[in-house]
Amino acid sequence: MREKATIMDARQIDRALSRIAHEIVERNHGTDNLALVGIRTRGVPLATALHLKIKEFEGVEIPTGSVDITLYRDDLSQIAPNPVVQATELDFEIESKVVVLVDDVLFTGRTIRAALDALIDYGRPRAIELAVLIDRGHREFPIRADFVGMNVPTSLLEVIKVQCLDIDGEDSVLMMELDEIVRPHGDGDQ
Amino acid sequence: MPQTKKAEAGPIAPGEASSAAAGDAGLAAPGDLVFPADQPAASLKSKDLLGIEYLDADEIRLILDTAHHFKEISKRPIKKVPTLRGKSVINLFFEPSTRTRTSFEIAAKRLSADTQSISASTSAMVKGETLIDTARNIEAMYPDILVIRHAFPGAAHILARTCSAGVINAGDGAHEHPTQALLDALTIRDHKGSIEGLRVLICGDIAHSRVARSNIHCLRKLGATVVVAAPPTFMPCDVESLGVEAFDRLEPALEGADVVMTLRIQLERGGKLSFPSTREYFNLFGLSRDKLALAKDDAIVMHPGPMNRGVEIASDVADGPRSVILDQVSNGVAVRMAVLYLLAGSEAAKKNVETAA
Repeated sequence: MREKATIMDARQIDRALSRIAHEIVERNHGTDNLALVGIRTRGVPLATALHLKIKEFEGVEIPTGSVDITLYRDDLSQIAPNPVVQATELDFEIESKVVVLVDDVLFTGRTIRAALDALIDYGRPRAIELAVLIDRGHREFPIRADFVGMNVPTSLLEVIKVQCLDIDGEDSVLMMELDEIVRPHGDGDQ
Repeated sequence: MPQTKKAEAGPIAPGEASSAAAGDAGLAAPGDLVFPADQPAASLKSKDLLGIEYLDADEIRLILDTAHHFKEISKRPIKKVPTLRGKSVINLFFEPSTRTRTSFEIAAKRLSADTQSISASTSAMVKGETLIDTARNIEAMYPDILVIRHAFPGAAHILARTCSAGVINAGDGAHEHPTQALLDALTIRDHKGSIEGLRVLICGDIAHSRVARSNIHCLRKLGATVVVAAPPTFMPCDVESLGVEAFDRLEPALEGADVVMTLRIQLERGGKLSFPSTREYFNLFGLSRDKLALAKDDAIVMHPGPMNRGVEIASDVADGPRSVILDQVSNGVAVRMAVLYLLAGSEAAKKNVETAA
């Protein structure tokens, strides 16, 4: 896999997150009953960034947590060994809240499907919305994002790599290229 | 190649996660793009968990870290995740057990596996069937994991050799009881942060205890100093070969202990023949408040259950503030969930499914 292009740098990511933070508040007419939930791994720092931005211009700290979707994956019978289970941290009731799920890249939609199942096991939110930094297309499920940082049309040879300061040492979005197509799902038809 | 991670406790640092992520297992490729590509994968080397003796420290840490995250599931309003949907777990209990069997059943059910429990009285073993024949018959029903408790050491090994399903040893005679040692280690880690460098005292019937044997292996692999105390009739000969310090009196052994683990006197296994009276045993080796005062001020008290109050442990110690006995029971479910998840997710287990299909 080789690097093809830088799609976003730190400032562009920051601007996109600022816009998304405003859109979330605008669309929900304020911050009442809002909650943010980042999907492990890279959705978590993005959710934290949105939390800080909303605090900055609304003066409100909205509850923020994280969810690990490992136990809800639909491909556990096809991959081995099993992925390492990470922590889910939801220290607040999601009952009757509007939960904004946050992830780095929206691709097939399978991660989001798993995250929806995980969230619903914790209670019945009034609504679930989805915020992603990059939407790269190729959906396999009827799932769309409510808030998108950037739409990046891709081929299946391309891979979007989001890097976060706390995890990877810098904030950036890179386009990588594979040598051969790896089917997103076993025998899945595109 | 199974990958294990190095972190001693808590969630893994995501940084090291990505370096371990590369799907070098042939089977791993399809999912990589669909789900977070940076999620590391790990499993145990064997399809079975027969004893702590056969695990390395990294595998033990992987089980403990996984169990740590599974604890949260038992505290949710809906205590169930779909992870092992469609997997069959069969509990074969040829010895009486309430706690361990219930714990395994709850663990399997919280992961959505189907469970079936067979106890000695309801099995065809009472009709004279051999263990191997029982195993072959059960194997013909394509279970994914077998949990076995048996009075004979090595019974789980026989099952593991006969069956392609994963086998978990839930206690084989006086040999090993690996999930008990793992839940003990998780409990110690919860209360002490880390196991490395701790001084752990195990007191009681060391010679006939599978709990003691598994705990000695587990704690030593994680870097603890293990001390054992028992009357000579309960002390295995050449116990030092297990790498422990041995005492024939409780008081000197208690000195400097961070953890005090008392074992059950197995009255039903002729344990009574090894000492004059339960009263004398309590006076000399029973953990009372006075004796506990000799250990470190923050020492915790553990017992694998079921307790004989007033024999190996005084009631006020068992129910006292230092006791973590009920935490051990809660952690038992999380540890067994972790073992089921890791064994069902191993490459060996998944290859079995492919060849059976």
